[in-house]
Amino acid sequence: MAPPPAHPQRSPSPSQPSGKSEVTDLRSQLRQLAGSRAPGADDAKRDLFKKVISNMTIGIDVSSLFGEMVMCSATSDIVLKKMCYLYVGNYAKVNPDLALLTINFLQRDCKDDDPMIRGLALRSLCSLRVANLVEYLVGPLGSGLKDNNSYVRTVAVIGVVKLYHISASTCLDADFPATLKHLMLNDPDTQVVANCLSALQEIWTLESTSSEEAAKERETLVSKPVIYYLLNRIKEFSEWAQCLVLELVAKYIPSDNSEIFDIMNLLEDRLQHANGAVVLATSKVFLHLTLSMADVHQQVYERIKAPLLTQVSAGSPEQSYAVLSHLHLLVMRAPYIFSSDYKHFYCQYNEPSYVKKLKLEMLTAVANESNTYDIVTELCEYAANVDIPIARESIRAVGKIALQQYDVNAIVDRLLQFLEMEKDYVTCEALTNTKLESSSMQVLVKDLLRKYPQWSQDCIAVVGNISSKNVQEPKAKAALIWMLGEYSQDMPDAPYVLESLVENWDEEHSAEVRLHLLTAVMKCFFKRAPETQKALGAALAAGLADFHQDVHDRALFYYRLLQYKVSVAESVVNPPKQAVSVFADSQSSEIKDRIFDEFNSLSVIYQKPSYMFTDKEHRGTLEFSDELANLSINAEAGDSAVPAQRVEANDNDLLLSITEKEEGRDAASNGSAYSAPSYDGASATSAASQSLADLAFSSTSGSGQAPASSFAIDDLLGLDFSVGAAATPSPPPLSLNPKAVLDPGTFQQKWRQLPLSLSEDFSLSPQGVAALATSNALLRHMQSHSIHCIASGGQSPNFKFFFFAQKAESASIYLVELLINSSSAKSQIKIKADDQSTSQAFSTLFQSALSKFGTA
Amino acid sequence: MISQLFVLSQRGDNIVFRDYSRDVHKASAETFFRKVKFWNDDGEEDAPPVFNVDGVNYFHVKVAGLLFVATNRVNVSPSLVLELLQRIARLIKDYLGVLNEDSLRKNFVLVYELLDEVIDFGYAQTTSTELLKSYIFNEPIMIDSAVMPPLGAASIFVKGNKRMPGTVITKSVVANEPGGRKREEIFVDVIEKISVTFNSSGYILTSEIDGTIQMKSYLTGNPEIRLALNEDLSIGRSDYASSTAVILDDCNFHESVHLDSFDTDRTLSLVPPDGEFPVMNYRMTQPFKPPFRINALLEETGPLKAEVIIKVCADFNPSINANTVLVQMPVPKFTNRVNFELDHESVGNTTDFKEANKRLEWSIKKVVGGAELTLRAKLTFSQELLGNIMKEAGPVSMTFDIPMYHASRLQVKYLQIAKKSKAHNPYRWVRYVTQANSYVARL
Repeated sequence: MAPPPAHPQRSPSPSQPSGKSEVTDLRSQLRQLAGSRAPGADDAKRDLFKKVISNMTIGIDVSSLFGEMVMCSATSDIVLKKMCYLYVGNYAKVNPDLALLTINFLQRDCKDDDPMIRGLALRSLCSLRVANLVEYLVGPLGSGLKDNNSYVRTVAVIGVVKLYHISASTCLDADFPATLKHLMLNDPDTQVVANCLSALQEIWTLESTSSEEAAKERETLVSKPVIYYLLNRIKEFSEWAQCLVLELVAKYIPSDNSEIFDIMNLLEDRLQHANGAVVLATSKVFLHLTLSMADVHQQVYERIKAPLLTQVSAGSPEQSYAVLSHLHLLVMRAPYIFSSDYKHFYCQYNEPSYVKKLKLEMLTAVANESNTYDIVTELCEYAANVDIPIARESIRAVGKIALQQYDVNAIVDRLLQFLEMEKDYVTCEALTNTKLESSSMQVLVKDLLRKYPQWSQDCIAVVGNISSKNVQEPKAKAALIWMLGEYSQDMPDAPYVLESLVENWDEEHSAEVRLHLLTAVMKCFFKRAPETQKALGAALAAGLADFHQDVHDRALFYYRLLQYKVSVAESVVNPPKQAVSVFADSQSSEIKDRIFDEFNSLSVIYQKPSYMFTDKEHRGTLEFSDELANLSINAEAGDSAVPAQRVEANDNDLLLSITEKEEGRDAASNGSAYSAPSYDGASATSAASQSLADLAFSSTSGSGQAPASSFAIDDLLGLDFSVGAAATPSPPPLSLNPKAVLDPGTFQQKWRQLPLSLSEDFSLSPQGVAALATSNALLRHMQSHSIHCIASGGQSPNFKFFFFAQKAESASIYLVELLINSSSAKSQIKIKADDQSTSQAFSTLFQSALSKFGTA
Repeated sequence: MISQLFVLSQRGDNIVFRDYSRDVHKASAETFFRKVKFWNDDGEEDAPPVFNVDGVNYFHVKVAGLLFVATNRVNVSPSLVLELLQRIARLIKDYLGVLNEDSLRKNFVLVYELLDEVIDFGYAQTTSTELLKSYIFNEPIMIDSAVMPPLGAASIFVKGNKRMPGTVITKSVVANEPGGRKREEIFVDVIEKISVTFNSSGYILTSEIDGTIQMKSYLTGNPEIRLALNEDLSIGRSDYASSTAVILDDCNFHESVHLDSFDTDRTLSLVPPDGEFPVMNYRMTQPFKPPFRINALLEETGPLKAEVIIKVCADFNPSINANTVLVQMPVPKFTNRVNFELDHESVGNTTDFKEANKRLEWSIKKVVGGAELTLRAKLTFSQELLGNIMKEAGPVSMTFDIPMYHASRLQVKYLQIAKKSKAHNPYRWVRYVTQANSYVARL
């Protein structure tokens, strides 16, 4: 028994706030009990400890009781011990001096005869997290790893990770990783093995940025002997450890196909596991192993389908959602494999809306000739749903299915029924859809109005019947106005309806509606000039006087166009319809592939690759270095730019054979992987319903995000305001070393170590974006400004570059990450620098260099 | 892997809070609760089980009105974390007998003990109720559980002349019985959740059964158990089985289950671990006879009036009762008054018009097999309806529990306990219950 340390003489002051009185109370009671050996003292202590911990749980700071708690902990009562350990673990960090008091009894407990006490004490010892106490950890940890009880060993292994996080050097100096490696390959207890695996993954991943050796060690974890050793024991592992092993196996690259089949045969029964996490981890192994074998890969989809569907329907709603998100991903990649399972994606009335949304997207994706009728019928039921957001989504889904071109007549019919439903939100969605519908129809069938007169007449009749007064929602109104403009030749009173709308210009609060009104009047004018002239004049006048910048600009633009030549105006405002087959996909195929690579992770739930939602320091170096590895490294960055190699997404062309439809959809962005991002290609795909001119304007009208909308006109004329912005501040005298050299390894290391000193967003000039099409042009251009590229990659429209530069006559290095989105012309730079004080100057230099790109 | 783990009450109080790696701020529970409570403006949508706020991932599952939450900053398998949370909830239930806010508050120290062993530094360790027994030293403080039977009214069963109290299954795996010696018994529950959608003419559009064979064992000495299912059971739709066969689409098994003889005689053998666990989950889309037929009729009877007639027929054996039956139907939003008219003034029948969400509710305590019940409701509207009335109302949905009924006809033929001594014969309880998951009739 360690003698209790002297009481800290702190008498509670009478003026203490009342909230603290309970803590004071607890303190005096603890003191009374501290030395007591009376029978029943332990029970009294238990009650007191419970009160302390309950206060701790609800967030009351009871750290001031530290001394008293430690004094009371000299006990053989294990329940008391545990509570004390819990308390100490929570507050040791804020009381490093007092924590020293606990070392004594913890160290002693580490040598207790009872393995459970040894384990508990060791765990608490390692959880103190006080840097100056690490010297006390090494000894107990070392013996803990050699303990003959497996419980103590499992605790010790995790203890090594804890030590690593307090003091990496102490952990490495004691050569603990090597011990863990030995344990992992030899320990009879599978939980010890699993903990070793977790520990080594964590330690070596963090170490690998600075040490080649650690990187190599990390590689050996996915080597054949280790993988086979773990696989052969997989059934002995707990289900959580199985997930860990399976996650590792998914990273393994087998040497030949027979190895792949062996692994899959071995793991086949894991798909029947009741734990969804095991099933998903197994699915990931199967999917990743077969990436290079298209036909087997497809069979894997078939094989994992039933188990995943069972997981969706068994278990809690939360687990079911996690699995459904993964099923959603698979359905989106290979919809035709699931086309006969569409009934599984029907929504149940009591499901939460996040589940319904996923299911609606899946239903949309799996629709084909044979099931469209059923699916659309089902979706129409949801449209009448009391859940308004879901009703909207359902109608939108019907529209999307219509665009996929199956059984168009039936769907148009449905949409028209919606228009008669007199629910505002329904009308809105239906109108928007009908609008998309008609534009797509014109594409499919050269002249819809001639070919399907009965349809267009119906539609127009219905639309005509919707009094514009009934439609309040701006989107619906805009859609209605669009139709008035588009089909003015078929709607006898179109000009007059438009005219009355123009008369009420001031009452129209939505800028979107006013923009559409301008365009609709223009279109109507080209078709029925005499009747519309008056309305057009009024609209342009009202538009020019409009306080909203975009409306004003569009009116001015139309006015000047008309002044110049009416036929030119017509070709701009009302051109022959552009090809619209499907919605432009909101996500690039690169992003989708990234998410697929990260199967069985949060990326699938968030529908974003992990770099978009984790901070750099928490991402784990594993993913970071993968990211760099995905980009091509210019080893000789100092020399003239070596052509950056195009990086192939892992399975980009894998599913091509499977999903022809998807392929067609992505063609515009996918085909031009690295080298040819066509400047207007991106807009052509998204030209969904709008005429070309509308689009040109809508990109300007997005100026909500642009720094100042007054630039909008200049922007239109091809002037780039970022040039102006860069020119105003006088460039500070910062010069760069044109012959700077940095090897990729050092770059990675520096990038990890240095804090982010600057991050800025800015726009790129259109010329700059256009010049991106030429591969390496940017690299050469930047090099002429003494900024060297070390790695680059990405696919249109997203590009990523890593640059470095060195300050002239100094060793100070600047590291830059540049992200460019060629379709929005937005870019972002992140700068890290040895010398933080000059990073602003460097940023200015960098941006001015970049702004000249494409102009030369 | 996991940075923090905490359990919140319905009002958002921390009941237990464990920080493993300290890379997530201390106020995370508050951030989480606010986010879940006000997920969107109108408060109608639920927060998804996983979301990210400022780089912190929040995972949660709802069990017994409590929120089990984990946070972290790295990208992990969401289903792993959610399964783990669910498992922790089940473990706590195994130890406390009953899981609710009260029992958790009384036993939070025991829960801390459990959490310390289940997760170390964010890494999942063991979740086996049995293995953990040797590390748990706090005695559970039992709460009065008589008021909360676990399966609703289904928890009272009569089998032979032995009557089993509903509280038995709520006993803790570690607490001792008042009598001193533990009662040797094993419970096998076949729980089937059925989803049926009828179209307006009563034709079945979709139907599915999601079943679980749940086991809870209080046997000492870990004897091996054999569980025999229907011999004509087949799995996968490719089989051409006789029309009476039970055909499952797919199923999965608990890891303790050995399937060596499953293919030949449809028996499962296992050494049941302590605590409650699913032996087998299965899914069936083979057509089956739905326990209830629903006919719903909606007619406009005047400019501001309409009448709803809902007829429910219990299509099962008269020896069986359905409990806690609730029929609901949304009515047009301009409805401001409803007059109900019931055919049989049976006890426990209540009707209600929920003004706030414009819904009719008809709850029936007990429906005897073969019964036919009719509800008439006269609706009065405050405004004239513009569109089609059928699009403004419905569908009719129903929830119920039917003990001793198995929609799939899947059966536990026998439950064999391999035991050394013949004298000793533990109690064996095999129970069936069918519950409505989504039982909907469209207008």
